[in-house]
Amino acid sequence: MRSKIATLLSITSLCCSIMISSQVYAGDTIKIGSFLAVTGGASFLGDPELKTLQMYIDKLNKEGGVLGKKIELVHYDTGGNPKKAVNFIKRLVKKDRVDVIIGGSTSGTTLAVAPLVKKFKIPMISLAGSIKIVEPTQKWLFKVPHTDRMAAAKVFADMQKRGFTKVALISGSGGFDKSGRTQSLALASKYNIQIVADESYGNKDTDMTAQLTKIRASDAQAILNFGFGKAPAIVTKNIKQLGIKLPIYQSHGVASKKYIELSGDAANGVRLPAAAIVVANELADNDIQKKVTMAYKTQYEAKYDQVSSFGAHAYDALMITLKAIKQAKGVDKKALRTAIERTQNYVGAGGIFNMSADDHMGLKEDSFKLLEIVDGRWQIVN
Amino acid sequence: MKRLSGFYLLSLVALILPQIFPDNYYLTVVGVFATLHIILAVGLNLLMGYCGQISLGHAAFFGLGAYSSAILTTRYQLDPWLAMISGMVLVFIIANLIARPILKLKGHYLAMATLGFGIIVHIIFVQTEALSGGPDGLGDIPTLSIAGWAVDSDIRWYYVTTISALGTILLSLNLIASRSGRAIRAVHGSEFAAQMMGINSNKTKVMVFVFAAVLASFAGSLFAYQQNFVSPDSFSFFFSIELVTMVVLGGMASTYGAVFGAILLTFLPELLIVFEDYEMLVYGAILMLVMIFMPQGLFISLGHQLTQLKKNYWPNKKPAGDQQ
Repeated sequence: MRSKIATLLSITSLCCSIMISSQVYAGDTIKIGSFLAVTGGASFLGDPELKTLQMYIDKLNKEGGVLGKKIELVHYDTGGNPKKAVNFIKRLVKKDRVDVIIGGSTSGTTLAVAPLVKKFKIPMISLAGSIKIVEPTQKWLFKVPHTDRMAAAKVFADMQKRGFTKVALISGSGGFDKSGRTQSLALASKYNIQIVADESYGNKDTDMTAQLTKIRASDAQAILNFGFGKAPAIVTKNIKQLGIKLPIYQSHGVASKKYIELSGDAANGVRLPAAAIVVANELADNDIQKKVTMAYKTQYEAKYDQVSSFGAHAYDALMITLKAIKQAKGVDKKALRTAIERTQNYVGAGGIFNMSADDHMGLKEDSFKLLEIVDGRWQIVN
Repeated sequence: MKRLSGFYLLSLVALILPQIFPDNYYLTVVGVFATLHIILAVGLNLLMGYCGQISLGHAAFFGLGAYSSAILTTRYQLDPWLAMISGMVLVFIIANLIARPILKLKGHYLAMATLGFGIIVHIIFVQTEALSGGPDGLGDIPTLSIAGWAVDSDIRWYYVTTISALGTILLSLNLIASRSGRAIRAVHGSEFAAQMMGINSNKTKVMVFVFAAVLASFAGSLFAYQQNFVSPDSFSFFFSIELVTMVVLGGMASTYGAVFGAILLTFLPELLIVFEDYEMLVYGAILMLVMIFMPQGLFISLGHQLTQLKKNYWPNKKPAGDQQ
């Protein structure tokens, strides 16, 4: 029994020592907090995002910082876990006393911390896709990536132009897929499109021929696949294998070279909406986004591997934050929030941002480019 | 009195600490998680440590509790307390239904069956979008209030979860010291021998399983109210593994061991953040070293070593007379 008491005492002293140590005091720096999914299933989002933030903040500090102050990035890795995200937000606000937050990578982590952001009254720019983040608008919460609704709208507009009225939908089991599916079903009728098949698969499945056979039996004129990762490439290949001749549409979730590599020949003819950054090289020289996308692409690729639209979102979030800090002439949270909300005509890697009190994303549908894969390369469809 | 002296000391420390550090991040934010983990680990320890049955799907019951509370309060405007009780009743029924067939299995097969159950529940959370909100989760969950006292700040939550955890520990200590507790331990030792002594081993196993599940559901409801948000990622297979690790690392078949394991595994990642990119590496190394050099678990091994030290330094002192 004594031994138990002794052990408990040692636990207590351990706890005490933890509490007393590590109190961080705010110096004369601007603190940007971030919580991204750098490891785990969503690391393909968080990894380029963090690299982008670090790269540009280093660069800026070498150039003298903002308003004469150095910028300090305080980052925590959530691994895509909303539970951790909640803790990290509290840590960022209460312990690290950051001025503004950029993150998280996934909709789940962002939505999990939304109530806290409201409570702490701290401006936060999310890098996640779900439309639920900005609809309804929350005072302190912003986001920069395009929504799944915009992707669906872009695809349906093109289908309408080509005269399709009956479309088969196939989507995966992840958050992105589910949200995309919901938005597609809600939007279709607006474009006089009828969803004649609504199939789903697990994101780790290796064969989708069963679902596609059902789609073949329907009277669909085109197939829309909402998903990311490996699965959409398998869908694309399976469509080819089954000899289905229908035109294929994919979402912005597959706008990376990896998709073309994985699906090989079958990818030719596939159309999808994507951010300008994906086709920075192919943009016309007079395109308003040419300069910013090329600059980001060259800098990122000089240091790391191939550029992705996810890193570009972090770039946009950081630039909007910096602009707002300059405009607010400091980091007073209220002024900073207002300045972010007043972002106008900011030409970013994701599009042209015009935020307002009831639009905390600020992107229009035309910020997506419609691409077609021709001979294994992206081509912009006009 | 002597049997519970450790518990009184622990309670004293847990309730005095917030008086000294009322706004400390580690205490009021991480501490809340630690106490929730204690409820889960102590429950799981009854099943794994004392009864000798493994469960790799414990997060499912935690999730069922959390989602019951979340769905009933947001979609059906039920009182949070009623929702919590409904969740526990639901889990009681589900656990009873699956425990009977599942607990007939042994060893790897039992591990597989519980693992499968955990994954199925996770898939249900993801797929039933209309009810659970799908992978994006469910928000705007109201918080608890106790007779008009709304639990809406970190420090208040610390008190609520700490008192709940202390209650769980007391329950576990008393259960193990009772006749049922001896029956549970007998089943672990040898099912045949236990049956020879007139213990219904199946019934005992089911009882412990259901008890641990209902405790997990209770913790899940607290979690949902504390976070105001639930999503399937919080109740994945990995969380089940984390819970098993807490029990094993702290020390099987020791309630304080589970408590220690839960506290350690909650604080360790927070403290290792200083290693930045290498935090997972250091984390894994610590877990491995503990298991290699202290296979009985940290709490038990440390306890032994401390007694040993004491004997070396004060060899003449009379040993404590309360050896169990």
